Amino acid sequence: MNIHEYQGKEVLKRYGVAVLDGYVATTPEEAEAGAAKLPGPIYVVKSQIHAGGRGAGRFTNDPDGKGGVRLAKSVAEVKAEAGKMLGSTLVTKQTGPAGKQVNRLYIEAGCDIARELYLALLLDRDTSRIVIMASTEGGMEIEEVAEHHPEKILRVHVDPATGVFPYHGRELAFGLGLTGKQVGAFQKLVTALYTAYIDLDGAIIEINPVVVTKAGDVLALDAKVSFDDSALFRHKDLEALRDDTEMDPKELDAVNHDLNYVALDGEIGCMVNGAGLAMATMDIIKLYGSSPANFLDVGGTADAARVTEAFRIITSDTNVKGILVNIFGGIAKCDMIANGIVAASKNLDLKVPLVVRLEGTNVELGKKILAESGLAIIPADNLADAAQKAVAAVRNA
Amino acid sequence: MSILIDANTKVMTQGFTGAQGTFHASQGIAYGSNYVGGVTPGKGGTMHPELNLPVFNTVAECVAATGANASVIYVPAPFAADSILEAIDAEVPLIICITEGIPVLDMVKVKRALGSSKSRLVGPNCPGVITPDACKIGIMPGHIHRRGSVGIVSRSGTLTYEAVAQTTAAGLGQSSCVGIGGDPVKGMDFIDVLELFLKDPETESIIMIGEIGGQSEIQAAEFLKRENFGPGKRNLPVVGFIAGATAPPGRRMGHAGAVISGGKDTAEAKMAAMAEAGIMIADSPSSLGSTMVKALAR
Repeated sequence: MNIHEYQGKEVLKRYGVAVLDGYVATTPEEAEAGAAKLPGPIYVVKSQIHAGGRGAGRFTNDPDGKGGVRLAKSVAEVKAEAGKMLGSTLVTKQTGPAGKQVNRLYIEAGCDIARELYLALLLDRDTSRIVIMASTEGGMEIEEVAEHHPEKILRVHVDPATGVFPYHGRELAFGLGLTGKQVGAFQKLVTALYTAYIDLDGAIIEINPVVVTKAGDVLALDAKVSFDDSALFRHKDLEALRDDTEMDPKELDAVNHDLNYVALDGEIGCMVNGAGLAMATMDIIKLYGSSPANFLDVGGTADAARVTEAFRIITSDTNVKGILVNIFGGIAKCDMIANGIVAASKNLDLKVPLVVRLEGTNVELGKKILAESGLAIIPADNLADAAQKAVAAVRNA
Repeated sequence: MSILIDANTKVMTQGFTGAQGTFHASQGIAYGSNYVGGVTPGKGGTMHPELNLPVFNTVAECVAATGANASVIYVPAPFAADSILEAIDAEVPLIICITEGIPVLDMVKVKRALGSSKSRLVGPNCPGVITPDACKIGIMPGHIHRRGSVGIVSRSGTLTYEAVAQTTAAGLGQSSCVGIGGDPVKGMDFIDVLELFLKDPETESIIMIGEIGGQSEIQAAEFLKRENFGPGKRNLPVVGFIAGATAPPGRRMGHAGAVISGGKDTAEAKMAAMAEAGIMIADSPSSLGSTMVKALAR
């Protein structure tokens, strides 16, 4: 689960991470009121969307204008910029061409920057440990640093049995060329972030940039924080930070029905059991010349209600010209799925062609239920057959 | 021969009297596997009402009383790491965790504990392990398997069933099938399973099925290039497939581990590394069996 920068900073502040003062605003008036509480004379107006690259991004209604993070030199200027940014759609490298509507701004105090550094905590799959990554190239895109200057990325791994120690932070601080009291401040920042990561079941905590001010303070100027969805059950308070407006409405619908769904831009809706088979089904649709409208893993306990919800979400996508159901029953029984398909087709008055491939547990019974349903379901014998029939059905539709 | 499990394996179940534990233990027993008992804390000293097998409060008690040497875990995600750690502490040689959705940081601790233990872990978030006609531990449909010569290792559950059904249809059958699971932190990885297949005389060819995300397929390809292919090596034909060629970067495809993040973890990059190592790539998930037939004829 991703959260906004301002929420991330609020959370990290509790762990002793130093951040600048700031206020959230959803209207130009709130932006003005927030700015009035800050000392000035420099203010920063920052778009709050769940995507990086905001500064370099551009608004769709002003493609040649300023980016999603703007400097202002007075409270009045903050209000004026907020008026231009709120409600506009920001396109960044990470939003895709459609962009994201900016509904919230964060008005932050300015500061005198001496150095910009990069710091992130995440899982390293190779070692199965949390890695703390730091770089002197703060403010840059870390993927580009990794590609062109891998030697500029420092890494320390933390043993989960012992946790973080001051030497982890010191090693990074000296590696970054910090001196004097900056070393201690950076080490404290590393310890605070690791503690927050473990406490809150983080997925990624990325601070880009960490700034060293001309006065020698070490501050988190940005905060990209996301949490492990599987661990949210033990952090009920974090659920309140979820911003549903940042999600695709179909995906939100799916999450609320416990379905694994990812919206894509093709024309064949897919309902599959198992994540790997669902991806493979998408791949084979592409192989036969069409493209998938979604990823959907209906899971092992697919009953009529679940199948109906899945079909409803798939068909709410107006790009969908046909549906391919691919079930290899293990725990999921084909007869149960077949009953679900029949019920869902009738309940939803399905208009697009439906190709169904059933295999595995109780397959004969499942096929019989579909054949006797009187519905215009196109049966398929195997995965290739199913994909070819779905592509053909969409072509002819 | 086979790998990890055979007809002599004594299987216990953690989460034994729950719906999942009960159903899949009964399926394993019906398949002919040797299930000896299980654990449900608080119900120790009773008999499982449907399976007529003893229930224990702790893994250690179950192992001591039954001689179980493999434990399968169906405990819900919030409590699953606790169950794995208990099995590690009881020195169960093989632990298979089916549970999906275990918090990553729980698995980071489990992985650390595994490192200095006497146990092997398969999973979590996996279908389990089967040696056809001998022992079935997990949730896979037994009837699609046939004892034979292909070793199958896969990150995906239902895609494993595809490989099984296709190799059964091709008349090859399977030596053992291992689902290593779709999580980013897991027990055995491709290399650990491949190492066992290369030492198993019954395994005459291998299918490995990967996904987008992570580097383990690339490491596995390098391993096979070094340990399987070349003069004096077994040169077992290997067929590979990577799911997720059409998945967009940054989007997690169901499995916690299936997300393209770095550029080197795409299906394309993995298939290229595998082909370079000498693995024959199936161009479609429906041609796993036919590609193996071709690889064997080569």
